[in-house]
Amino acid sequence: MSILFQVLPVALRAMVPVTLCAAGEIVGERAGVVNIGLEGIMTLSAFAAAIGSWGSGNPWLGVMVGLAAGAFIGFLHGVISIYLKGNQIISGVGINLLGLGVVGFGTWALWGAKSPMLDQQFWVPEVPGLGISPFVLLTPALVGLTWWLLHRTALGLRIRAVGENPVAADVVGVPVERVRLLAVVFGGALGGLAGAFLSLDWLHTVSPTLPAGRGFIALANVVFSKLNPFLALLGGFLFGYFDALAIQLASVSGFGGAIPYQFMRMIPYLATLVVVALAIGRARFPAALGQPYRRE
Amino acid sequence: MKQLTQTIFVLILGILVGAVVMAVWGHDPWGSYASLISGALGNLRAFTSTLARSLALVLTGLTFAVGVRAGLFNIGAQGQMLLGAVVALSCSLLPLPLWLRLVAALVLSGLAGMAWALPVAILKLFRGVSEVISTIMLNWVAHWLVFYLVLQKLADPVLGQRTFLVPRGMRFPVIKGELTWALAVSLAVAGFFFWFLWHHAKGYEVRAAGLNPRAATAAGISVRKAMSLALLLGGISAAWAGAIQVLGRFPYAITSDLANLGTLGFDGIAVALIGRNHPLGILAGAFFFGTLATGAAKMGLRGVPIDMIYIVQGVIVMFMAAPEALRLLRWRRPKPRREVSG
Repeated sequence: MSILFQVLPVALRAMVPVTLCAAGEIVGERAGVVNIGLEGIMTLSAFAAAIGSWGSGNPWLGVMVGLAAGAFIGFLHGVISIYLKGNQIISGVGINLLGLGVVGFGTWALWGAKSPMLDQQFWVPEVPGLGISPFVLLTPALVGLTWWLLHRTALGLRIRAVGENPVAADVVGVPVERVRLLAVVFGGALGGLAGAFLSLDWLHTVSPTLPAGRGFIALANVVFSKLNPFLALLGGFLFGYFDALAIQLASVSGFGGAIPYQFMRMIPYLATLVVVALAIGRARFPAALGQPYRRE
Repeated sequence: MKQLTQTIFVLILGILVGAVVMAVWGHDPWGSYASLISGALGNLRAFTSTLARSLALVLTGLTFAVGVRAGLFNIGAQGQMLLGAVVALSCSLLPLPLWLRLVAALVLSGLAGMAWALPVAILKLFRGVSEVISTIMLNWVAHWLVFYLVLQKLADPVLGQRTFLVPRGMRFPVIKGELTWALAVSLAVAGFFFWFLWHHAKGYEVRAAGLNPRAATAAGISVRKAMSLALLLGGISAAWAGAIQVLGRFPYAITSDLANLGTLGFDGIAVALIGRNHPLGILAGAFFFGTLATGAAKMGLRGVPIDMIYIVQGVIVMFMAAPEALRLLRWRRPKPRREVSG
């Protein structure tokens, strides 16, 4: 049973992308915009971050590039769904497809390989003395920041107002479209950070399917969290734990090879299904979620 | 007509973005597109190969389309397609006459696709779980399940890189070149969905549920039943996409990296979008992406990575999300309507 504790360090790492994406998506959904393109945002920003680190030799600059890439895609999604009144789900699907294409094309064009490994000099270094990833410390801090932003600032109030009742917000002078765009860009930026973490810190590679469904698990985490960032942190740890357990069990070929590793790899996805099926019912989403705002 | 112009415009935009990307990376875009076209449509052999490539896309496109008609974003075609392929292949092992094995393969793979769609319907209708989340999770479960079966249970004893072959008499007969009678399956399913959606009461209920669930409920239509029906029929169609890919196309097996099944399920989304979720449009959309995919292999010979077509596909889908984006591109904008407040 010691394996249940052995996986903790991996679980903390696996917590990061699912939590960061969920925290960002919570802000977007509070403002009334769904982004199912998180998977693509992570794929693209992992790639961008790798280029940034590889090109500059400075991993932290790479992280910034990843963040900027995520924010930029968030901006595109925001323009399509807020200003052009587009379909948010279709736009998100488009982002995911774009992730597959751009990264598949780009890794071939740049490195001539499908999933090139990054040398250690391009990795984000661990926190000295602690031996853990700086992202593991950064994630709870950003979750706290997100909660503070949403519930303790004037901007947060506006964000929640435009998601709940854009007409009323408009009447009292809140610029609905600008606030929504800001929220979606913020969500994209956190997704970008998660992508940079995947390539520069955790997996040390870039590929078109790098997040392996974690962007969608983050969406499930948003449901689980009832749009509360702190519960998303708990959910992130829970999903991270299953993820880590699957990876660990798969590598030791599960119970002396009795269970094939492919079945272990199903654990996080099945766990997500079960958790969401049990959690839903309780979640209450903003009233104007998914609807473009048109002034009467 | 307006929709058709819009769609053609979006396709051209996607192709242009592709050209820019190629140019930025130092490839000759128009030369590459020329070799794409000649590789996909240049002669009869290429043409039959393109048609063969499009057949599965018709089916996964229909899966997404019937979902949208019922008001769902069903992106589970990928998992159902993988499962259908592996079930169809496994039917080679049945102790039946070869032609009966082909029939059994279609029946059983269809059932498997339906079974994979069932949890989506149950979770959606009884627990309120978004189909976007549940289908993606089931896609990954199917991926690992099929991966396991292909590697551990169905692998060719001699050749490691693929499963055993479908026996000759069980394959769809060849029409010409690479094109087989799997064509009949795709056309029949497209015809079925046309008849079902516009000439059958249940199909009418599906469309009513998608257009306005409240009005449908008020009219006595069970939205739950309509949505379930759309998910289950979609599951059959997607599974058959996998089945005809294995029974009706070279290499008549599944490669151990699942590459010959690829992302046929996800590609169906783009096919349905440019086909406006109409069976006729989907036939055209599948042919468009079939051309891109077949020709991209030719383009790959010139050093352009095949993933290029996914960039084109992604751009097309993003523009299809926002029809109003096109209005920005018009030189003459529509006059702003004066609004009278009061």
